[in-house]
Amino acid sequence: MSVSWVLAIILVIGVAAFMVARMRAARLEPQAGVKQHSLPGYHGSYALILAIFPAIIFFGVWKAVSPIYVDSAVWRSLPEQVRSASDVNRSLTMGTIYTIGDGMRHLAPAELDQVRSGQADLKALFASKGVALASSGEAYMIPAAETYRSLSDSSSLSSAIGAILLSLAGAWLGLSGITLRRRARNNVERVMLWGLIAASTVAILTTVGIVLSMLFQTLTFFQSVPLSNFFFGTVWDPRFAAAGSGGATGQFGLIPLLAGTLYIALVAMLFAVPVGLFAAIYMSEYASRKVRSVVKPVLEVLAGIPTIVYGIFALVTVGPLLRDISAALAGGQPFIMAQSVLTAGLVMGIMLIPFVSSLSDDIISAVPRALHDGSLGLGATRSETVRNVILPAALPGIVGALLLTASRAIGETMIVVLAAGVAARLTFNPGEAMTTITVKIVNQLTGDLEFTSPQTLVAFALGITLFVITLGMNVLALYIVRKYREQYE
Amino acid sequence: MTDIPFDPAGATDAAAPPRRDIGIKRRYRAERRFRLYGLVAIGIGIFFLAALLFTVIRGGYTAFWQTSINLAVTFDASVIDPDGKRDSDPNVLATANYPLLARNALATRLGIDVEAEESRADLRLLSGMISQGVRTQLRDMVMADPAIIGATRNVWVLSNADVDSAHKGQIDLSVPESRRKVKDKQVGWMKTLTADGAMVERFNSGLFTLGASSRPEMAGMGVALIGSLYMMLIVLVLALPIGVAASIYLEEFAPKNRWTDLIEVNINNLAAVPSIVFGLLGLAVFVNFAGLPRSASLVGGLVLTLMTLPTIIIATRAALKAVPPSIRSGALGIGASRMQTVFHHVLPLAAPGVLTGTIIGLAQALGETAPLLLIGMVAFVADYPATPLDPATALPVQIYMWANEAERAFVERTSGAIIILLLFLAAMNLAAILLRRRFERRW
Repeated sequence: MSVSWVLAIILVIGVAAFMVARMRAARLEPQAGVKQHSLPGYHGSYALILAIFPAIIFFGVWKAVSPIYVDSAVWRSLPEQVRSASDVNRSLTMGTIYTIGDGMRHLAPAELDQVRSGQADLKALFASKGVALASSGEAYMIPAAETYRSLSDSSSLSSAIGAILLSLAGAWLGLSGITLRRRARNNVERVMLWGLIAASTVAILTTVGIVLSMLFQTLTFFQSVPLSNFFFGTVWDPRFAAAGSGGATGQFGLIPLLAGTLYIALVAMLFAVPVGLFAAIYMSEYASRKVRSVVKPVLEVLAGIPTIVYGIFALVTVGPLLRDISAALAGGQPFIMAQSVLTAGLVMGIMLIPFVSSLSDDIISAVPRALHDGSLGLGATRSETVRNVILPAALPGIVGALLLTASRAIGETMIVVLAAGVAARLTFNPGEAMTTITVKIVNQLTGDLEFTSPQTLVAFALGITLFVITLGMNVLALYIVRKYREQYE
Repeated sequence: MTDIPFDPAGATDAAAPPRRDIGIKRRYRAERRFRLYGLVAIGIGIFFLAALLFTVIRGGYTAFWQTSINLAVTFDASVIDPDGKRDSDPNVLATANYPLLARNALATRLGIDVEAEESRADLRLLSGMISQGVRTQLRDMVMADPAIIGATRNVWVLSNADVDSAHKGQIDLSVPESRRKVKDKQVGWMKTLTADGAMVERFNSGLFTLGASSRPEMAGMGVALIGSLYMMLIVLVLALPIGVAASIYLEEFAPKNRWTDLIEVNINNLAAVPSIVFGLLGLAVFVNFAGLPRSASLVGGLVLTLMTLPTIIIATRAALKAVPPSIRSGALGIGASRMQTVFHHVLPLAAPGVLTGTIIGLAQALGETAPLLLIGMVAFVADYPATPLDPATALPVQIYMWANEAERAFVERTSGAIIILLLFLAAMNLAAILLRRRFERRW
């Protein structure tokens, strides 16, 4: 019986239990001096919960555990000399056995007998049934495949029967005890509360998932590449992942990527910070309400544009434009390449303008009005007020905002993928192409993957480096911003 | 008589108290400068926004029209079925040389003798003017109605992408003939056809319906639209309930302790984690560990769900916070349980804020590219994905793939796809703004 059928049956039982329980609760005989504790709907929901949740949990756990049991049982049924083979061979062997086992379901009885007697050409026979078999299979695999088939069949049958029985039992439990004083609402609400708690842990689980998934792959990576080669290497040349070559064939130096990342982020910040900050100051100090109500949303449109669009803008418009301008200035040879630090930084800077301006706007308006009015009252001009009173007061907050912006610049991907280039080199010339951590993650992970080669795994090492850098900046920034906010509350 | 110089200080001395030079002019100049900087900064921002939109629209609006040629195609039985076996062998109709029909029709139209030996080169050029898509187009016509064989029908066929670019004026015709893809003869025929009204630009519906193709005139973003739709549905179905439930717990039920503090810091941090890291998570957990298929919109949807959750949680919590405590006290006072208070009273009042946050989160997710590249959605998918488990692409990924194509006609399509993406985003954000305007309540 397939999984979806079992789930559908459980669901039907649950809904039926809900209806019956609600009806019964609604028809309870009123008694003098005894108030009904819960509304009929809660009785229904309680029955539904009892009918569905234990059954589904049982079914899920069974489905998760039984493959492990079947796997080890099948493995134990194999001859000794097969079992002494290496780990890689084990997964290959088991994969073939499973394919044979599943494929045997499609065979006619006569063909099955042929297979059992070992006369059939497995590969050709299975191919005719639409089952692709990688190798031709060994004789010992056929009894193992039969073991696998019978075990997994009986497992899925018993799990289905168990789940449905459990569901029926739950429904009966929910229906049997319906009385005026049954505290159905409290029980339902307790389950709901657990649901809410579970939902709130998803955020934690995501972080844990991010860290663990990257950590495991990174540890595997460092088994083949020494730590110092990665963190202090100045050459990035991973070569291609060659299947079965094993070991490191290229050089995985983080330094050029990190340098490119920071350089591009720096250029972006040099452009975005003055523009964004001045825009925010103008908006909060000089602009009339009318101007602000128009200009603010217009600038925020910049934040809503997907980064891929900025990337194309850099690739198609800004890059060639900078190249042509520099060629005209130098009279011939352009000194800014179409894909360069400057192009990527400039376009990323455009993207960051609204971040800087809206973050600084919040922080500037958090400075108490009294400081501002007092300064104006003492005869300072508006610009003096901003420079000498508001900015110093808002400085910690602005630093926090800039850290947040910088972390976004470091983690930005699509703009640099399209505009920064792929050549990993160390240079101070902003007119040349450099590459970033994010570009290399994308480069290493698009195309064919092999989770055993360092060429693939290095992406996870890069990813965790990126994660740690941005996480550090974010935590610091959030800490500063929070501290600063408390200062004026 | 001594010439007494005019002494302004002395002269004013008697009339008014002395004024110290406090540099008021200098200070006002600085003030004006400062103000100007602000204006310039805003100007830069608006300029770049305008430049970006202008280049995208200028480069992309032509993608919505595609040059087509009106041909009187004769479904010649001697071409489709030279051996007369179509009744016994159904493959005959499927594999017939349909492009030849279109070429012959075009040749007839331009008065070129199909049979003549010396017009061979011309015929080859003519074939190059018609899209290869004509094969499926005419085949579908014949398969749908085999009685059409032998008859003549007026058919609009797409022109080749190079002809399309030339017709739109995107190819520089002053370049020597040998160095461009559209030859002088073809340009001449184009002019004839255009003058006759047989070659016109028609609305490019294929852009919205077709899948991936290496021929620009046959490439569309239908698969990407479906893929993005699947992903948005998955994000909506997963992120909205989980996000709302998490926010309700944190805002209404959670005790203040280390655990909830940890969750809170976590959510704020997740909102700032680079999107590509979510792609790595998806690749390692959903694809490598859980064994879900690569390139599937299900995996993309799950990754985007995790990315969107913080946005939804932050918006929902703000909306819940904005509901005044008197509502809660009132509900509790007349005997509602805490759960009932939240679900019957607080949440409905916070719903507009929740929806606004959800729409904005969805808009972010729709434009996200980087994590989708890592889970293999950069795929050449020509067929519609029937389920979320089938390979698909997404709108922004399609843009990325077209940007990497070399042909001129893909440049136009890239910008056209960007226009469509931006229109979707604009519509979503507009909906969010309207929702906020319409239902926002000030307490």
